[in-house]
Amino acid sequence: MAESAAAATKPSSSVKLVLLGEAAVGKSSLVLRFVNNHFQENKEPTIGAAFLTQKCNLPHRTIKFEIWDTAGQERFASLAPMYYRNAQSALVVYDITKPTSLVKARHWVAELQRQASPGIVIALVGNKSDLSTSADGETASSTDNSKKGSSAASEDEANGGDDAPAVEAEDDGAADSDPRKVSTKEGREYAEEEGLLFFETSAKSGHNVQEVFTAIANAIPETQMKNVKGPGMAGGAQSALGAGNERVNLNGPRADSKDSCAC
Amino acid sequence: MSDATKSQSELQDDHGDSPAVRPNPTSTDLPTIALQKPEPEAGAHVSTEEKPPPLPPRPARADSLYQAPIVGPAGLRAPPSTARPRLQATATTAVSRTDIHTHSYQDGSRETYAASKQSSPPPTSWGGWSSIKRLKSQEASDSASIRSYAPTLGTAGDVDSLLVGFSGQEQTSGWNIFNAQLKETGLQHDDVFEEDMVLENFDQEFDEIDALEGEDKTEERLLARWQAKRKHFMILSSAGKPVYNRHGDDNLISGYVGIVQTIISFYEGAQDQLRGFTAGGARFVVMSQGPLYLVAISKLGESDLQLRVQLEALYMQILSTLTLPNLTHLFSHRPSTDLRRPLQGTEPLLSALADSFTRGSPPTLFSALECLRIRKAHREVINDTLLQKRCESLLYGLVVAGGRLVSVVRPRRHSLHPSDLQLIFNMLFEAEGVKAGGGENWIPLCLPSFNKNGYLYMYVSFLDVKEEKDPQQSSQASRHDEIAVLLISANKESFYDLRSMRDAVVEELEQNGSMAIIRTAIRNGRFAATDIVPGTVLHHFVYKSRANVQFVMPSYEPHFTTLLARRRLLSLYHTIHAGAHAKNAHLKVHHCISRSSISLAWITPSFELYCVAGPSASRNALAQSANKVVQWARREEERIFIIGGAVF
Ligand SMILES: Nc1nc2c(ncn2[C@@H]2O[C@H](COP(=O)(O)OP(=O)(O)OP(=O)(O)O)[C@@H](O)[C@H]2O)c(=O)[nH]1
Ligand SMILES: [Mg+2]
Repeated sequence: MAESAAAATKPSSSVKLVLLGEAAVGKSSLVLRFVNNHFQENKEPTIGAAFLTQKCNLPHRTIKFEIWDTAGQERFASLAPMYYRNAQSALVVYDITKPTSLVKARHWVAELQRQASPGIVIALVGNKSDLSTSADGETASSTDNSKKGSSAASEDEANGGDDAPAVEAEDDGAADSDPRKVSTKEGREYAEEEGLLFFETSAKSGHNVQEVFTAIANAIPETQMKNVKGPGMAGGAQSALGAGNERVNLNGPRADSKDSCAC
Repeated sequence: MSDATKSQSELQDDHGDSPAVRPNPTSTDLPTIALQKPEPEAGAHVSTEEKPPPLPPRPARADSLYQAPIVGPAGLRAPPSTARPRLQATATTAVSRTDIHTHSYQDGSRETYAASKQSSPPPTSWGGWSSIKRLKSQEASDSASIRSYAPTLGTAGDVDSLLVGFSGQEQTSGWNIFNAQLKETGLQHDDVFEEDMVLENFDQEFDEIDALEGEDKTEERLLARWQAKRKHFMILSSAGKPVYNRHGDDNLISGYVGIVQTIISFYEGAQDQLRGFTAGGARFVVMSQGPLYLVAISKLGESDLQLRVQLEALYMQILSTLTLPNLTHLFSHRPSTDLRRPLQGTEPLLSALADSFTRGSPPTLFSALECLRIRKAHREVINDTLLQKRCESLLYGLVVAGGRLVSVVRPRRHSLHPSDLQLIFNMLFEAEGVKAGGGENWIPLCLPSFNKNGYLYMYVSFLDVKEEKDPQQSSQASRHDEIAVLLISANKESFYDLRSMRDAVVEELEQNGSMAIIRTAIRNGRFAATDIVPGTVLHHFVYKSRANVQFVMPSYEPHFTTLLARRRLLSLYHTIHAGAHAKNAHLKVHHCISRSSISLAWITPSFELYCVAGPSASRNALAQSANKVVQWARREEERIFIIGGAVF
């Protein structure tokens, strides 16, 4: 992510991204982590929607995310089309401790597939992975492990030390009362069926958060990007470059982005 | 479950389709003046569906004894020839008074609106008084046309002649009149303030009840903690379903909720409406609003009227989330509806309101707004900027600094209501939801006093958001120096329009120096009482301009810095406010003496002044300072209040 020194000369484009998902799954927390690298316990529900921007440096270009963090409450649902209408990407978030939130996520995915722009890149995100007490590779698959040693520095401490007991988890640590209620496998299989990117994240520890956004940035065909300012780069040239990538296979970006997590 | 989801989707539909543009009937019919003047007439019609009477013409300013158009119960209006034409053309303020303040009396139904009674004393006590005034009015009429009436000065003409002379050259004349009034009319009342209320450990009032260590968590302990709270708010449906409690979860207090519900329905059954009762040192006030009961339980010594104002605000918040048609629909559809689900996410807003009432909220108590004090010319530049950069879809535009209004732009035909602004300010500056999200926000909300039937869309952008390393620490402090631009539209698609308007406005404000002026004003904070009246005995005061529906007050420093001291001060204000506004109060001046303070409420048709001094201050010194404050407020009117705002 931080490897590029040539940011100034890289083409830069903007990508509209919308976050959808049941109330309290952690959408705002993910955005807060991504934008400010900060986490807040007991965050109050979003009212309406928040609009934020954040740059993301890729090796060959700079992406400026224009993020709509929507409220999960039902009463705001009717406004959702306004946010996803022109979005090139969506994060559909559920909470791994709350099975109903995955049901809701499926609804959002279906709605996006029906109504959003056809090329929209969707990532399914199971958040609050820090609450899972099962050892890596048990309920959770290798997801948590595959990233060890990479840039997500805080995750180890967070998982170990200052991790406050989960809201619902009274006896944190007891093997048979793992707050996790949705297995990694279940999430991943659904994502594969629907051709979605898939991540398990923790906004609290920071685990995989950057990776989700990077993966999305990589998955968006350049032709679909609005050129903000492409210094020395004609629009034509860029679309020519990107032409081969059009209708990109969602497995593609995961393969070539070294930052994004493999699922 | 399926029922619940069904009503959900209907809710959404309504949400999408509901007409957002049209304001409530009461406000559509408003004349072009933004400010609904708090004349008795204006107060009397509020919130009903009926058409408000036309606003009285805006009287001219009472600059001096000789210039003042004389007002009295019979003559509240200025001579039409002088005042009216301009008044219609020039708006006073962007804010209008609403019913909140005037809602009800201890014994009265909600339909009894107070304003008329509050501001027009019984004829008996006025006979002599107004005849004096009439006399003076004749003297005044000659010179009336000579001096400028300063059309922007809205407060003016309804100035009670109490004030006449105050802004003249001789300070003593005001003092004499003041004294004379006390003597002549006997409109004075002393009160001994029971100060040592249950304010012990007041700082624990806001602690969560179940935030206890493990073994302490017995129900008994929790209930004891619940009972120790000085203030409770409960909202329940007519069917008895809990909707909201400030303290304690449903399980813990279900017994209490049941009792309250039983008592209410007992009275309902007897075709009688329960309004309030006292039990165990707590005052219970019950308000029934459509399908909801709202209950306030207070040991803080607030009056029923004041508690009703608070309940009304909570109800407004519910309407703001749902709109009235949605609320009614939910219950007519299914009387046993659990409103918690549709209200999901509103709880923090209700609690933020509730807690601000419990801490003591001047805007709520006085039903008025506070503005940022800046020079008139500076404010005009800001107004002009908003007007110039205004986009098509804009309905209202506001610049707000730490909960204080800086500037307003609005259509000529529409006013902004303090109760609506209170909801917005609560959402932005008291609750965390919007602020903590960072970025810009797009918020559908119903402004019930504007139009309780539909949603508007509010663009919110906080400027100056500093990097907060330790948000726990800094959020409290920084919240009060944050500048927010609020742009409200009836069009839910107008986010990007409003956003570019914001960009243009902010750029221009930076360029023309306004932003720096605002920042300086925020940094300087509120003035000290001694800045206004050097050496004054006053520790604190609140001056409310009734015409502008705005108030001004000095800093809480140095006497009222702690939560407790501030609550004491506000309790005192509650007491003298209640005394001065009690149903049969024809009192113009209300004194209150306690072991630790001496205070005074002074009510006139044009302003209300509440001031507090230390216990050793003499009554004379207090009254003298009060006069000085009034003089100052008149002089500085255009700095401390927004008069007119920018109108398009
Ligand atoms: N343990 C843990 N808690 C989290 C995580 N992410 C969010 N939370 C908590 O979950 C709660 C809800 O988080 P939000 O970010 O407000 O959820 P949201 O999806 O934005 O909710 P709405 O705005 O209501 O739709 C907050 O109390 C967060 O502190 C996480 O990764 N781990
Ligand atoms: Mg949120």
